[in-house]
Amino acid sequence: MESRKTQLSVGIFVVLGFAALLFLGLRAASSSVSTGEETYQLYAKFDNIGGLKVRSPVKVGGVVVGRVTSITLDGEYYEPLVEFTINKDYDDFSETSSVSILTSGLLGEQYVGLQPGFIDDSMGMLEDGDYITDTKSAIVLEELIGQFLFSQGEG
Amino acid sequence: MIEMIRNIGRYTLDTIAGAGKSLLMLFGALAGKPQPAKSWPLFIQQMYVVGVLSLLIIIVSGLFIGMVLALQGYTILIDYGAEQSLGPMVALSLLRELGPVVTGLLFAGRAGSALTAEIGLMKATEQLSSLEMMAIDPLRRVIAPRFWAGFVSMPILALIFSAVGIYGGFLVGVQWLGVDDGAFWSVMQSSVDWYDDILNGIIKSLVFAFVVTWIALYKGYNCTPTSAGISSATTSTVVTASLAVLGLDFVLTALMFG
Repeated sequence: MESRKTQLSVGIFVVLGFAALLFLGLRAASSSVSTGEETYQLYAKFDNIGGLKVRSPVKVGGVVVGRVTSITLDGEYYEPLVEFTINKDYDDFSETSSVSILTSGLLGEQYVGLQPGFIDDSMGMLEDGDYITDTKSAIVLEELIGQFLFSQGEG
Repeated sequence: MIEMIRNIGRYTLDTIAGAGKSLLMLFGALAGKPQPAKSWPLFIQQMYVVGVLSLLIIIVSGLFIGMVLALQGYTILIDYGAEQSLGPMVALSLLRELGPVVTGLLFAGRAGSALTAEIGLMKATEQLSSLEMMAIDPLRRVIAPRFWAGFVSMPILALIFSAVGIYGGFLVGVQWLGVDDGAFWSVMQSSVDWYDDILNGIIKSLVFAFVVTWIALYKGYNCTPTSAGISSATTSTVVTASLAVLGLDFVLTALMFG
């Protein structure tokens, strides 16, 4: 039966193709993002966001707890407003928490570092839609060099 | 001087006539009422010839290209202490560019030339005319199953190529050169996107599959029915299809990632 053998090998070929797609989708691409995990939004205003991008990670002590979902200019002074989507598993940050924009490595991508604040009876917890007020902007290398040159000139 | 202008004119007319004829061929093959009961076995047979028989060269070249990418990337990235970016480098170059393009080129050489030669020989030995004599449309009987087989099997081949290439990069990068296993996959996962990279790669390979198969079938169907004609049609298939793949790749890349 020649045609049965042909059908079998074509079947194996197509299955191989699906296996390759599955491998690429699950192993090579980020499959966990935008799945049905429960999340909540936080906002923060910065003076300067440097090279932060949408989908940059939000980390607490190096652990990814969420991602940047939008970056807009807000208010009459055009301050950059960054929206984070944080995993619902981590919803116990106090109002004194602070965020700063950090760089991974010397030349790496920029990410948001979230520093949990102290917890006190009088402190509320951050909830969906809250603003984090304590923010530190990105360090821009050109400004640093400029300050350095300026201080050299004075001395 | 007038001779030269006349040549330009003839060349232009030939090109336009060729484009029209190839469109008519494609339309004649694909338009009309589908007859699944009759065409399904023909399609499976062609899937075997076009797809399964190309599998070996795709897997072997995918493995080696992935391994070479990892090796070359490692020697450069290690200078910056960024060898953990090896995973995304290998995966992105395979998914976005090398997977669809190299598969398209290999497919033109392996399957496209075979299609052209087969149909050209059918024409030279007047099998196509005999089919017409028996009131069987050769476009629907011969061209259509080959077209669909090429159109379906090349994207599958490109996916297999990318997957095998990433595995080859993993073999060289992690098993041989000692990049950290977890970093290799997790950095890759954080930078490869399902829509931007995988889906756009599949769209690219679908476009290449369409173009390569179409060129191969048209060159065979339209060849001069002599042995010299068949050989020049086969050569022209490989050259034209490869150039079309490379040119279209630039356009598609500019549209998708530009």
